[in-house]
Amino acid sequence: MTPRSDTRPPRFRNWPAFISLTPVWLTALGLFVGTAIYTFYLSFTNSRTMPSTDLVGFEHYVRLFDARRWNTAMVNMGILCVTYVVGCLLLGFLLAAALDRKIRFENTLRTLFLYPQAVSFVVTGLVWQWLMNPNLGIQNTLQGWGWDSFRFDWIEHPETAIYGVALAGLWQGAGLAMIILLAGLRGIDGSLWQAARVEGIPLWRTYVSIIIPEMRAAVATAATLLFMGIIRTYDLVVAMTNGGPGSSTELPAKFIMDNLFNRQNIGLATAGASVLLITVLAVVVPIFFVRAAQQKKARKGH
Amino acid sequence: MATATFNPEATGRKPGGIELGRVGLYLFLILTAAFFVLPLYVMVVTSFKEMDEIRDGQIFLLPQTLHIDAWRAAWSTDCGLETCSGISQGFWNSVKITVPATVISVLIGAFVGYILSFWKPKGANVLFGIIVLAGFIPLQVFVYPTVRIIAFFDLYGTLSAVILVHVLFSLPLTVLLFRNYYAAVPHDLFQAARIDGAGFIRIFFSLMLPMAIPMLVVAGLLQFNAIWNDFLLGMVFAGRDNQPMMVQLNNIVNVTFGEVQYNVNMAATLLTAAVPLLAYFVSGRWFVRGITAGAVKG
Repeated sequence: MTPRSDTRPPRFRNWPAFISLTPVWLTALGLFVGTAIYTFYLSFTNSRTMPSTDLVGFEHYVRLFDARRWNTAMVNMGILCVTYVVGCLLLGFLLAAALDRKIRFENTLRTLFLYPQAVSFVVTGLVWQWLMNPNLGIQNTLQGWGWDSFRFDWIEHPETAIYGVALAGLWQGAGLAMIILLAGLRGIDGSLWQAARVEGIPLWRTYVSIIIPEMRAAVATAATLLFMGIIRTYDLVVAMTNGGPGSSTELPAKFIMDNLFNRQNIGLATAGASVLLITVLAVVVPIFFVRAAQQKKARKGH
Repeated sequence: MATATFNPEATGRKPGGIELGRVGLYLFLILTAAFFVLPLYVMVVTSFKEMDEIRDGQIFLLPQTLHIDAWRAAWSTDCGLETCSGISQGFWNSVKITVPATVISVLIGAFVGYILSFWKPKGANVLFGIIVLAGFIPLQVFVYPTVRIIAFFDLYGTLSAVILVHVLFSLPLTVLLFRNYYAAVPHDLFQAARIDGAGFIRIFFSLMLPMAIPMLVVAGLLQFNAIWNDFLLGMVFAGRDNQPMMVQLNNIVNVTFGEVQYNVNMAATLLTAAVPLLAYFVSGRWFVRGITAGAVKG
């Protein structure tokens, strides 16, 4: 970074830039900050079908944390964090590491692993719904081949349905993790490999103790992206199970949409949205500050 | 360059001839490739079968003969909630939404990125911080008040409304991409243009915009896919007449009367996925660059 004084044009010549940014400021303050504050405000009002100005304190939050549907949704989000995020990172890492072993057809394989990223959540949900159909899907076919105990009807049963959603998510998200981790792998200094080989460290230990710690930043990026994906997960569940059977695959993002637009429960929905907002801010804001501090340090070091 | 590009050379150890580990490695890659390809394969074969054949329950078998009836039905006669005109109407709606929204959002992203990187008017960093932060927050937080705002301007359920919300809500991504891209452009270039007397607009259109063509392609691809694949904004803002393909697909497939026509459903699903998939397979490396560029934030 060059010092500010010589990069910044004189103030008075800056007016076109200033004016051009006005609509962007309006969007940022109105659409992003303003609507978030309004949502937060609504969560304390007695709003049902239409917004109201009667303040009711934390009533909606109390109802929210009592609501079985919301609690199921939060538990499901937790399950997805463990299964989907960890699953994607694991499979993504294995794929990245495998692709990095000087194999043939690397480009073709990479294309195949990544193409689900170009597919929408709705399409992913519909396809996996079809594959997990107990009568006509994979289960029936494999049972027909003589594997009688084979079960792949996860989304038919409340206890297993969320894992079906996780599997569909894994199919779509593993490629993303792979590509980010592969970029991380390729950024590692080749001499580290050399050194490990000279020292005679076994391959798996080289990965676990040397390579993976070097990839911290890539792992953190992938994990953050995947986690943010879960908080947003809405269309995947709508298309695949519509929250069912019962409410076993309910997720917070879907709970909010349902209460906003189908159940006329704006107060409850905005309370849920506020919980998500606070969750995201709690994760992202500290990262922001750490990053800013690091950058400042790096600039000083120059 | 702000985009992380791949080192073309694999950095892993060189293989030492044919060994057991190598075989295992390829076995693993082939099995996972099968896992990724399988859903697409099943969709394609199912869409060409007749219902009798589907009821036999051999999901992996190739169709005995290629029937294209399901494709025809999916495109033009299949029934959704109210109408029976297949998915073609949604297709054209999606085109009408995606093309302008992509072009406008990418150009705005480039322009704002240019201003934030080179002109840095007062408060530019704060503005950039707000925008990036907003990119992390789920739409559920913004969506209801936004409906009120759009309704206030009497735009609710119109084509302009969907395009507008797509453009505005994609600001975080597009601004981030271009701001980072321009951050790597040498500042001297900008200073030289100014010394030559080029103004605010001229520097953008004759210098910075042409210079960002790679990023225009990358951002355009990402945006095109994201907007085409969107469900939430289309469902909430488009209204019945402008329903994009993704919303229509979900209605057609998940609202069925009588026997589920799996072949038609799969054909409709493939038709909906076809455009972004085509873009992906044709653009290849550009798409990958987009994902890594979007991922490496800040």
